[in-house]
Amino acid sequence: MANAVPAVDKQGGRHPLRRPRRSFDKLLSPIMLTPSLIAILIFVYGFIGLTVWVSLSNWKSPRMNLSLADPILGTYEKLFKDRRFQSDLRNTLVFTVLFLILAVGVGLTLAVLLDRHVFGSALFRNVFLFPYALSFITTGVAWRWIFNPETGANLLFQQTGLNDLLAKFGVSPLKPGWLTDPRVVWQVNDALGKIFPFTDGITAKLGIPLAIIPVTIAAAWQLAGFAMAMYLAGLATISNEVREAAALDGASTFQLYRHIIIPLLTPITVSILIILGHVSLKIFDLVYAMSGKGPGFATDVPGIYVFDKTFSATQYNLGAAASVVMLLLVSLVIVPYLVRTLKEL
Amino acid sequence: MVSAALSGYRRKHRRFSIGRVFTVTALLLAMAFFLMPVYIMLVNGLKDKSVVSLSTMWNLPADLSGGGFSEAWNRLKPNLGNSLRMVVPATIISSFIGSINGYLFSKWRFRGSDLLFTLVLFGMFIPYQSILIPLIRFLNEVGLYDTTYGLVIVHVIYGIPITSLIFRNYFASVPNELLEAARVDGDSLIGIYFRIMLPLALPGFVVVGIFQFTNIWNDFLFAATVVSDARVQPVTVALNNLQGTQSVDWNVVMAGALVAALPTLIVYVLLGRYFIRGLLAGSMKG
Repeated sequence: MANAVPAVDKQGGRHPLRRPRRSFDKLLSPIMLTPSLIAILIFVYGFIGLTVWVSLSNWKSPRMNLSLADPILGTYEKLFKDRRFQSDLRNTLVFTVLFLILAVGVGLTLAVLLDRHVFGSALFRNVFLFPYALSFITTGVAWRWIFNPETGANLLFQQTGLNDLLAKFGVSPLKPGWLTDPRVVWQVNDALGKIFPFTDGITAKLGIPLAIIPVTIAAAWQLAGFAMAMYLAGLATISNEVREAAALDGASTFQLYRHIIIPLLTPITVSILIILGHVSLKIFDLVYAMSGKGPGFATDVPGIYVFDKTFSATQYNLGAAASVVMLLLVSLVIVPYLVRTLKEL
Repeated sequence: MVSAALSGYRRKHRRFSIGRVFTVTALLLAMAFFLMPVYIMLVNGLKDKSVVSLSTMWNLPADLSGGGFSEAWNRLKPNLGNSLRMVVPATIISSFIGSINGYLFSKWRFRGSDLLFTLVLFGMFIPYQSILIPLIRFLNEVGLYDTTYGLVIVHVIYGIPITSLIFRNYFASVPNELLEAARVDGDSLIGIYFRIMLPLALPGFVVVGIFQFTNIWNDFLFAATVVSDARVQPVTVALNNLQGTQSVDWNVVMAGALVAALPTLIVYVLLGRYFIRGLLAGSMKG
C-alpha cells in the first residue's frame, strides 16, 4: 500500500478528471479562510486603526467628536505629562521585572525539584499549576486579604511567634504596610535629572513603589506554575544519556543543572519571558481586584488608566492614547517573536 | 552479582539522601504557599457571619455550618448562569472555527498563508483595551451591546487566533501521507476534513475546549465593558462587585471567590492532563 501510493499519485496527476478538482481545492483553502481573515482584519487591525484615530481626536466627552486635535499629538503630550500615567509606566516596568524574576525563578526551581521524581510528584505538579486555572479576580480577592496590613500575612507573623523571635534578637517586628504602603524607595529622579536634563517633565517619583511588591507576589503565585509546566516539558526532552554522561564525568547534581541542563533550556526560558512579559505589560484584572490605583498611584497600571479614563471619565481620546501606548509596549515584545515564528514556519 | 547488589544498595541508599530530604521539604513548603489562598477562602467562607473576623482569619472554623457559601451561591447563581450561557456556545463555536482554520493553515498552505497566519496570531497578544472603544460602538450599532450574544461573538472572534494556533500545531503532527492517500481515493478538501481530520482531532477539541472554557470564563475586561446590565453580567464582574459591596460580609466574599472559580477548578481537576497540553500548545510551536 505504502509503495503503491506514489505510483497512483503520479498517474492521478496526469488524469484529466483529477486536475480541476485539485486546483479547486487549492482555491477553496483561501476562500474558506476568508471569513476568519476578514473578522481579524476588522476586529483587530481595523479597530486598532480606529482607536489610534480616537487618540488623535478631540473626543473627550460622552459626545462623539472625531475631528482631529490640534496639535495632532496633543493628547499624547497630555498623557505623558500626567503624573498618574508616568507612575503607571514606572509601575509596569517595576512589576514586569520583579514578576519575571519571581515567576521564572520559582517555576524553574519547582521544575528542577520535580525533575528528581520524588514520591507524589504528580500531586505537587497539579497543585503548583492550579492557580493558572483561576481568574485574576478570584486571585485578587483572596490575596487582597492576605496583604492587608492589619490581618493576613502580618497576623501570621504575629501568631506564629515570628515577631516574638525577632524581638529576642532586638529586631523590630515584621509589619509591612503591603498594599497600603505609599512609599517609593530608591528614587532616581535627581540622578536622572543630572544626566538627562530633559527629564525634568517627570513629576512621578521614579523608584520602586513598595505597594507593587505584594501584587507581584500574587501574580507570580498565579503564573509560576505555567513556567514550571514549560520547563518540565523541556526537561522531559533532555535525554538520560546527557545526564549519565555528565555523571560519568563526575559532575555533581548542581553542576549538571548549572552547566548543562539550564543552558539547554534557554529557548524555553525565552518563550516564557516573552509570554509572561506580554501578560505583565497588559496586567489589569488582578490589580483591579486586588488594590486598584493604590495609595498615590503606587499600584496603578496602564490597563486601569485606560479603563478609568474611557469608562468613568469618558475622556475617550486620553484612554485611547494610553491603550495605544500599551499596544506599542506589547508589540516591542511580540513582533520580534512573531517574525521569528514566521521565519521558522 | 556484586556490582548489581552494590548498585541496588546505592539506589536504595540514595533514596534517603540529604538531597532527597531537602527536595521533599522544599516541595512541601512550596505546596503550603500555593494552597494558602485557597485555605483562606475555604476556612473563612465556611465560617458563620457571627464568628467571622479578620483577627482569626487563619483559624479553622469552629463548627461546620456552611457559613457564607449559601449566601454566596444565592447571590452569584444568576451570574453563574450568565457565564455558562456565554462560555458554552463561545467555546463550541470558536473550537469549530479554529479546527477548520488550523486544518487549512497546516495542510492546505498557499502562497502567503504563513504570513496571514502570523498576522492572525498577532490578534491574541494585543491588549484588548486598544480595540475596546470601536468594539463597544460597533456592538451598540448592531444591537448586541448589553447582551450575552454580544459577549459570545466577542469571545469567538478574539478566540480565532489561539484556537487556530492550537489546531494548526495539532494537525501538523498528522502525517501528510494520510492526506495524500485520501486525495488519491478521491476525497476533497472538505471530505478529508470530515472523514479523516475531525475524528483524529477529538483530543485536540478537548484541549482547545478546556483552554477556551477557562479563558472565557475567567475574562473580566470584556465582561465588565460589553455588558453593563447587572442581569446579564458574568460571574467575574459580579464577584468583583460583591467585594465592593459594604453590606456583604467578608465570609460571603471569600466563599464567592471559590464559587466563581469552581467550574474551572472542576475542569482542571478532571481534565488536568489536557489542560497542560493546551497550555503548552498555546505557547510553543509544535
